[in-house]
Amino acid sequence: MIEFDRVTKRYADGSPAVADVSFTVPSHKTVVLVGSSGSGKTTLLRMVNRMVDPTSGRVLIDDVDVTTMDPVRLRRSIGYVLQSGGLLPHRTVVENIAIVPRLNGATRPDARERALTMLDTVGLDRDLASRFPAQLSGGQQQRVGVARALASDPNILLMDEPFGAVDPIVRRSLQHELRELQRTLGKTILFVTHDIDEALALADEIIIVAAHGVIAQRGTPTEILTRPANAFVAEFVGVDRPERRLRLADAAGVEVVTDASGRPIGTLER
Amino acid sequence: MKWLNQNVGSLLELTVAHLALAVPAILLSLVIAVPIGWTAQRLRWARDPALALVGVLYAIPSLPLFVLVPVVLGIGIRSSANAIIVLTVYATAIMVRSAADAFSSVPLEARMSATAIGYSTWHRFWSVDLPLAIPVMLAGLRVVVVSTVSLVTVGSVIGIPSLGTLFTDGFQRGIVAEVAAGLIVTVLIALVLDGMCILAGRALTPWARAAEAR
Ligand SMILES: Nc1ncnc2c1ncn2[C@@H]1O[C@H](COP(=O)(O)OP(=O)(O)OP(=O)(O)O)[C@@H](O)[C@H]1O
Ligand SMILES: [Mg+2]
Repeated sequence: MIEFDRVTKRYADGSPAVADVSFTVPSHKTVVLVGSSGSGKTTLLRMVNRMVDPTSGRVLIDDVDVTTMDPVRLRRSIGYVLQSGGLLPHRTVVENIAIVPRLNGATRPDARERALTMLDTVGLDRDLASRFPAQLSGGQQQRVGVARALASDPNILLMDEPFGAVDPIVRRSLQHELRELQRTLGKTILFVTHDIDEALALADEIIIVAAHGVIAQRGTPTEILTRPANAFVAEFVGVDRPERRLRLADAAGVEVVTDASGRPIGTLER
Repeated sequence: MKWLNQNVGSLLELTVAHLALAVPAILLSLVIAVPIGWTAQRLRWARDPALALVGVLYAIPSLPLFVLVPVVLGIGIRSSANAIIVLTVYATAIMVRSAADAFSSVPLEARMSATAIGYSTWHRFWSVDLPLAIPVMLAGLRVVVVSTVSLVTVGSVIGIPSLGTLFTDGFQRGIVAEVAAGLIVTVLIALVLDGMCILAGRALTPWARAAEAR
């Protein structure tokens, strides 16, 4: 469990990036922070692995204050996926993934073997193992980033807009795969995104963040969609958008779901 | 041609002497400049003063320095040590700037992600910052190589043996072939060392070509 306890972060210049924020990420759940640019999501995420230390307040992992832990060892025990993968450009795919087990003390052959297994896990061909990141597509880089984060089997996974740099179709399939993975792995995931649809697709719980990390609402995807707490959330979720207002129509005996303007989306199964 | 036939031995000897001054100075400058450049990149406030200081070094005329260094350090004016120190000063002046630029050129994203997955600062320096700085650093090193090889010849004016000795001697005795030989071999050495830098750079940065080939 990750717990944010009245956390505030003030950077050197001026107003707080995050002001008095408290929430928890339950073990084995996926919590998605969603909010507009500059609302402090990355700042919150980085407090978990001590890339950023809070100005006041505490972040606890299983009831232990992270500031009492050695930052380097803490980071090695947590998976971190950055936007556009964050791969090291001078290391091959297999080396990039093997880094984390290596840092955790695995022998070179073991780490390599582990890395190749991780390629299978994230659905990448082993033929890509000896390529450099620049020789991969954006979607492939993202998968390698996920593989690397999972390579030493951490309990906690931090994901900062990991699928932000790929096109919507690839993003959809990466989201799908992450959900499948999570079903078997059961990690504690804190995930950051701009994209409310991504949040709805992945989250056990969504936290909608307004400016300075202030929590506008937290709830399951269904709660957020059906009972937005205020106008800010309603606007953010786009409850009035045509694609959120679905209707049922009859097409020659088949029940069709359409959006508000009557465009078909799918058929209804009862 | 006749001069060359009679003096192959001394030409070789002077070439070796030339290299024995240039190469240590080049390597020393690299060893000195890398930590300074890295620190300048990490401590933003230190960058400009550090670069200004090494800039001033470069502005000192070389001949007076060849005379001043032995006086200050109490070493022989015609010693190799004197030549190597003076050459290192100029080489370092160029190399520090280039090392600072090289470390700034390392993508922030790569540095961030290295830290995030649990590299210590020291480990990150060797495994991430330094290798990714190589391409820019190499461009600076090539300038240093060529300028140092040519600067060595100035030492011959005060009697430090190098290929420059062929200029001074040939000039005094009016032997054009000797001057020409000195000039040509100096340029050849510069070209060969430069070529070695390029090859070393290729060998050390396989990822750079992989990115281009895409
Ligand atoms: N290192 C830093 N120094 C100073 N200010 C910073 C720093 N990092 C972030 N900030 C500021 O803190 C605020 C929150 O930034 P943060 O990166 O956490 O937002 P975010 O929600 O992740 O935004 P985005 O969705 O654009 O990634 C912003 O106003 C930003 O300018
Ligand atoms: Mg962010």
